[in-house]
Amino acid sequence: MSFLKGFGQFWYDFIIGDDWKIAVAVVVVLTAGAIAVATGGTESALLVPLLAVGLGAAFTTALLIDTRKT
Amino acid sequence: MGSSAEWGLVIAVFAASVVEVVEALTIVLAMGMTRSWRSALAGTGAALIALVGFTAAAGYALANWLPESAMQLSIGTLLLIFGLQWLRKAVLRSSGRKALHDEAEEFAEQTEAARHAGQRRRFGLDWFSFVVSFKGVFLEGVEVVFIVITFGLSAGNMPVAAAGAAIAAVLVVIFGALAHGPLTRVPENTLKYGVGLLLATFGTFWAIEGLGILSPHGESLEWPGSDFALIALLAGWYLLSRVLVKALRRPTSAPATPSQPTHGTASLPAYTATEEA
Repeated sequence: MSFLKGFGQFWYDFIIGDDWKIAVAVVVVLTAGAIAVATGGTESALLVPLLAVGLGAAFTTALLIDTRKT
Repeated sequence: MGSSAEWGLVIAVFAASVVEVVEALTIVLAMGMTRSWRSALAGTGAALIALVGFTAAAGYALANWLPESAMQLSIGTLLLIFGLQWLRKAVLRSSGRKALHDEAEEFAEQTEAARHAGQRRRFGLDWFSFVVSFKGVFLEGVEVVFIVITFGLSAGNMPVAAAGAAIAAVLVVIFGALAHGPLTRVPENTLKYGVGLLLATFGTFWAIEGLGILSPHGESLEWPGSDFALIALLAGWYLLSRVLVKALRRPTSAPATPSQPTHGTASLPAYTATEEA
């Protein structure tokens, strides 16, 4: 049991790290992109730069939430 | 691939790997110097063996099981998260909202924890030293493996990327042995900022390309301008980080004197002596 706990903790530290909001920001934007690609609703030439801008916006939001308290 | 591109690849992987190896070395040194060199080195050796196994398994799975777009999505997402974590710390440090990373301080914290840990022995080893060294080396090592895979595949030259990481590991260990302590003079904060930008750039590029796995034909999405989009992405992340540093900057109460130590200030203008202190 302690091995499983340690194993899970290792991967949590490795992927999530110090700030879970960054991982959430990335996953939210990529999930939105995945839905857009899967449904074929958006042109790739428009979607790709749009997702890059979305990642920048999500990163900014995560950082602003972080610093709002300090 | 031209020689200048090869040098660029070596330098990028080298810089990224130096940061990781310095952090792993600090942990191993702290365990070795305060508890047991034998156990710390055994933990390091076991981690290196586990890393070889992990690399072989991951390499085999990537090469044989995953389509290109799925590999780009999985590795790109991981890199993007690593890169943005590093960039977040760089922005917070540059804006004075987080203390600069100090390897000497990290070493002091590790040695303090080592002194207060219990004396449990397993297989004739000091278990605390073994486990902490193993985890430190394996965790940092896995990050190096992902960095080598990404930069190596992007440049189409895996041996050169692996060589960059190997040179970093050998040099850091040699300098660590000569210094008999943590490498506090490595400009880690500056390196982390630069590497964070690179990882965020490649991570964005790959993760978004890899979303093509969900399209009807399953092929990678195309970036406008193809590989030149990497330059635009790098510029975009750099500009955003500078804007955030400026927006979040806290006024400093007392100006720093020019004679203060400035390790970590090598090339980025925003890393001023005031922020380092």
